[in-house]
Amino acid sequence: MKEGFRQSMAWLHTWTGLIVGWVLFLVFLTGTAGYFDEEITRWMQPERPLAAQHSVDVAVGLATSQERLTAQAASAHRWIVWLPSLRDDPNWRIHWPGLLENVKYGQGQQYIDPVTGDAFSPQGHVKPRNTGGGVALYRLHYNLHYIPERAGVLIVGLSTMLMLLAISSGIITHKKIFVDFFTFRPAKGQRSWLDAHNLISVTALPFFVMITYSGLVFFMDVYMPAAMYEVYGRTSYVAGRSTPLNPRSNAQFDPMYEVSPEWQPPARGYGQAMPLIDLRHPLSQVQALWGTSRIAAVLIEHPGQAGARITFIRTEDSLLGGGRLTFDGVSGQLLQLPPRQRSTPWNAQDVLINLHEGLFAGWGLRWLYFLSGLLGCAMIATGLVLWTVKRRVKQDKRLKAGQSVEFGFRLVEALNIGTIAGLCTAVAVYFWANRLLPTDFAGRRAWELHCLFIAWGALLLYASVRLRFAPSLRVWQEQLWIAAAAYALIPLLNWATTNRHLGVTVPHGDWVLAGFDLTVLALGICFAAGALKVGRRRHVGVHTGVVQAEPRKAPA
Amino acid sequence: MSKAGPTTPGYRWMVASRVLAAAVGGYAITSLATAVLALLLPRVVGSSTASGVLAATLWSFMLYTVIVIWVFRTRSAMRAWAGLGLSGLVLGAALLALKVWT
Repeated sequence: MKEGFRQSMAWLHTWTGLIVGWVLFLVFLTGTAGYFDEEITRWMQPERPLAAQHSVDVAVGLATSQERLTAQAASAHRWIVWLPSLRDDPNWRIHWPGLLENVKYGQGQQYIDPVTGDAFSPQGHVKPRNTGGGVALYRLHYNLHYIPERAGVLIVGLSTMLMLLAISSGIITHKKIFVDFFTFRPAKGQRSWLDAHNLISVTALPFFVMITYSGLVFFMDVYMPAAMYEVYGRTSYVAGRSTPLNPRSNAQFDPMYEVSPEWQPPARGYGQAMPLIDLRHPLSQVQALWGTSRIAAVLIEHPGQAGARITFIRTEDSLLGGGRLTFDGVSGQLLQLPPRQRSTPWNAQDVLINLHEGLFAGWGLRWLYFLSGLLGCAMIATGLVLWTVKRRVKQDKRLKAGQSVEFGFRLVEALNIGTIAGLCTAVAVYFWANRLLPTDFAGRRAWELHCLFIAWGALLLYASVRLRFAPSLRVWQEQLWIAAAAYALIPLLNWATTNRHLGVTVPHGDWVLAGFDLTVLALGICFAAGALKVGRRRHVGVHTGVVQAEPRKAPA
Repeated sequence: MSKAGPTTPGYRWMVASRVLAAAVGGYAITSLATAVLALLLPRVVGSSTASGVLAATLWSFMLYTVIVIWVFRTRSAMRAWAGLGLSGLVLGAALLALKVWT
């Protein structure tokens, strides 16, 4: 019976993996890029200034901001000061209600020099080119493209559920999961592909389980609304999306939920004019309490009144959300407000969502997320290739007998080459389009993505046609070389089209921009290595799928 | 049951039957069970209604996975449908009972 169980799970694993493998590859590829979406957007807008070389002391910047706000918006009921962010905007920005310039996330921002207080235009005289940036790639990962958002969410959700099944059945099927972890038999054809697939899958298994399950939780109000409909009825939730199951906006359904202190009505005495304390006083307390933690923003409610409040907001560096410290705006005294409490199901949901998004991650952990995501792509790729490798002997026999290759096999092979190599190339083409489309071209934002999909479509077509005339290893080799060139030449393209290339960014120390060029170069080298390896196998005449009697002593 | 049977038309119908059972039947049972659990939790554990809905739904994907694995593991497609049907009746009755006895 046990034998039957493992066999049926192997069958389930193969089919769930095969049906949505290529969609999942797209999801993993764009999602992995999404961990660096802000950085990618910065690279795609080379008109933006380079990172500041010397950071100004927070106290100086805060004092300057307070001065500017008092001068320009003394009667406003709210001020916000945003501190420079490593990931997003490296400038000091201030806001008051009614400010209409540089609107981002619905709020206008004025860029100020932290020392002199002068307002400036962040991009100087040149407006950054209109682009979807890295965020557009990240959106692909759950909305897909060219179809309504809800349809994309449903398709990705179905794929994710099948992936959860693939992971579960894969674990059940894998007999000696711990012993096999230390097994890799190179140059043995099908065996090697299986070992690679197992090794990659098991290495980042906790990450894959987390990312898959949490992915479903994101849209659980769409995927499993039964309980919600039963208890709350089937009213139209679509507008506003504030459903009890939408993790972005269901906080108010938690009986333990309290409105954040700074949004509550101000204290008694409001209305009397009283000067706001110098922001550097509460700042020193914050720095004593939070140490070297980064402050993301400072929110001032009812400045110049009794009952004013100052809230320091920490950058998101904990799984249960960022921290806040609130002070009385006149006396500067720390208000001992009760800690944020949430019921267990909301905490569970928040932890899952935050683990998936990784917004809390610092640089090291973010790179780990990125590499784990790439491992996910590799897991899917090795699984898909393994399927063809297993069946190649049978297909070769058919060719020898004068028949053509079976339709299903050819379909999978074309999709494999066109997606595993082709889609990666298409993402590189997205970056090429960003540099090559004219900056004043009105439709460039949409056309950058069109170029991605045109490239992918072309490479899929190329793979399926070429497979009729050339052996599959040759087609793999060609497409891997194309991918290698598409990535490795980006730094050169960057040098030819902008002044944000490695020759400028490395000496200046702008490691975000330099990092992009170096990463794509590294990816190009990886594809080239793959192409070379495929070339070697072709020349030696090794057929994957045939177990050799004498294993080659090839470098691993 | 062994999946490594001959690829006869009978086999293909059996596969299609299980896929349908797992996909549609499994989803239906999971939805029923989630609704029942959401109504049950506040009564048994004393949590709020919203808490029950959220907790039940968070678990639902795990339940769906287990149901699908069972559908493919059980001895025959008929057994799969029978099991789903029986669970559906039991859960449906439970749901009605919970709604009536407020």
